[in-house]
Amino acid sequence: MTLPATPTDTAPEKSSASASVPTQRGSRRTAPLSENKKAERKLGWLLCAPAALVMVAVTAYPIIYSVWLSLQRYDLRFPDQREFIGLENYVTVLTNEFWWTAFGVTALITVVTVAVELVLGMGLALIMHRTLVGRGIVRTSALIPYGIVTVVAAFSWRYAWTPGTGYLADLFSDGAPLTERASSLAIIMLAEIWKTTPFMALLLMAGLALVPEDLLKAASTDGATAWQRFTKVMLPVMKPAILVALLFRTLDAFRVFDNIFVLTAGGNETSSVSMLAYNNLIRGLNLGIGSTMSVLIFITVAIIAFVFVKLFGTAAPGSDDGERR
Amino acid sequence: MAVETTTRAKLRWGLLDVLVVVFALIPVLWIASLSFKTPATLTDGKFFPREWTLDNYKTIFETDQFVRALINSIGIALIATLVAVVLGAMAAYAISRLDFPGKGLLVGVSLLIAMFPQVSLVSPLFEIERQLGLFDTWPGLILPYITFALPLAIYTLSAFFKQIPWDLEKAAKMDGATQAQAFRRVIAPLAAPGLFTTAILVFIFCWNDFLFAISLTSTERSRTVPAALSFFTGASQFEDPTGAICAAAVVITVPIILFVLFFQRRIVSGLTSGAVKG
Repeated sequence: MTLPATPTDTAPEKSSASASVPTQRGSRRTAPLSENKKAERKLGWLLCAPAALVMVAVTAYPIIYSVWLSLQRYDLRFPDQREFIGLENYVTVLTNEFWWTAFGVTALITVVTVAVELVLGMGLALIMHRTLVGRGIVRTSALIPYGIVTVVAAFSWRYAWTPGTGYLADLFSDGAPLTERASSLAIIMLAEIWKTTPFMALLLMAGLALVPEDLLKAASTDGATAWQRFTKVMLPVMKPAILVALLFRTLDAFRVFDNIFVLTAGGNETSSVSMLAYNNLIRGLNLGIGSTMSVLIFITVAIIAFVFVKLFGTAAPGSDDGERR
Repeated sequence: MAVETTTRAKLRWGLLDVLVVVFALIPVLWIASLSFKTPATLTDGKFFPREWTLDNYKTIFETDQFVRALINSIGIALIATLVAVVLGAMAAYAISRLDFPGKGLLVGVSLLIAMFPQVSLVSPLFEIERQLGLFDTWPGLILPYITFALPLAIYTLSAFFKQIPWDLEKAAKMDGATQAQAFRRVIAPLAAPGLFTTAILVFIFCWNDFLFAISLTSTERSRTVPAALSFFTGASQFEDPTGAICAAAVVITVPIILFVLFFQRRIVSGLTSGAVKG
């Protein structure tokens, strides 16, 4: 199912457990609840309640509150002028060129990094999964970008490209690459790709582990080339894992913030939407506009997720419970 | 012939391995190298230091600013991890073992939160926490960390729990063990690796956060290291903080490197098992 590395891997046990779930559910609908069943329900709710409460209290309530804030003129520097203004903030933001520039930057970073990461991540996944030598070393070093604090990595890239200090700065003839828009964006994307390719690779490796070894051998004896084995055997089996990895990375890439904050602080029109919302809120102390951007970002992310699920039929994680909507 | 091909294949894989290792390590080595450079050689642009010094580390550990931030980082991440793993384990046990209505909803909600744009929470939380007096406090950061760590904890733990042979518990009871004994002697040792792995992943997540740390704090009281780095100055106000920033960056990278070195297998299995469930 997954990796054999898990200490308590008991495949037959698992299949029997998951098989018994639907039958239990079936009987629950028809037969009246027994005492045991009632107790089980109660325990289930009790155990889930704390986690559910925290998650809802810290996300659902604030997001509703932020919709409410977005309908007000509310600048903390001028608290007296606070009033309900309907959708005016949305008009302000959506007709603002800074917003659309930031939106474009975010979209560009998302598309480019996710595309590059898919290719590199697939390569890395194949190396981690199939290498004949040094598997432990490769996996260990690949985990370092995943685990390292993004801000730390961002500082490393920043100093690497700083003229005089950095070992990479001389690659550009005119010096200071972080002071120009195109090269800044390229460096931001490089930093993002370096940091998150291993995560993409791990998600893909999980899919790679599902490819039956016999099938590859059979294809090989039938004369399939390595490329054919990859496209005709591996990719179809891996499709669900690829879609999940793409969905997760797309949504994650859309939130890009840390790298931009450290590398350019949003200068030279390199702000992402997260960066812009942060600047309006914490630097500008404009809660109304900041909240409007928060809501717009939330809606965009919801649309992306919806498109993935509807268009590509991405199976949501957890769907193997047979419990999904 | 056969021997030759395997040698060549090994060589090819070895080359690819080296490529990956170099690519992964260069930025880490670079910031470590900067942290060991003397002020005079800091801007020489060489990848390796020509003169080594520990002064940058001395500087940061002598300033209150860094020590305080480090304590905040460790305390906040540990508390958030502990709470998230306990709450997550309860929910994951229910999801993987019990049958109750609303289970799908919980899984769906945690999935939504895993994909949630965190910046959308920054403005309302900023305002709510100011009103509740949570702004710039430990709980003010711990709460959002728990929230965003819970989906990760629930997914990873349910994946682990589904692999536990729960029948062993029944068998132990049939052999005369009490419920408590069966749990302590049989189930707990089987569940411990999963809990531990989840704790590492959650800790890395909390340790890593920057957006909440910089938005929901305003003073040294609760600012964590990633947020504090950008406020760093050198030994005096007018000194270039590069060396100090790099040294602090290396200090907060050490735990990550240790985790990765010692628990690589667990981290990989935790991340892949939680993810492949979809």
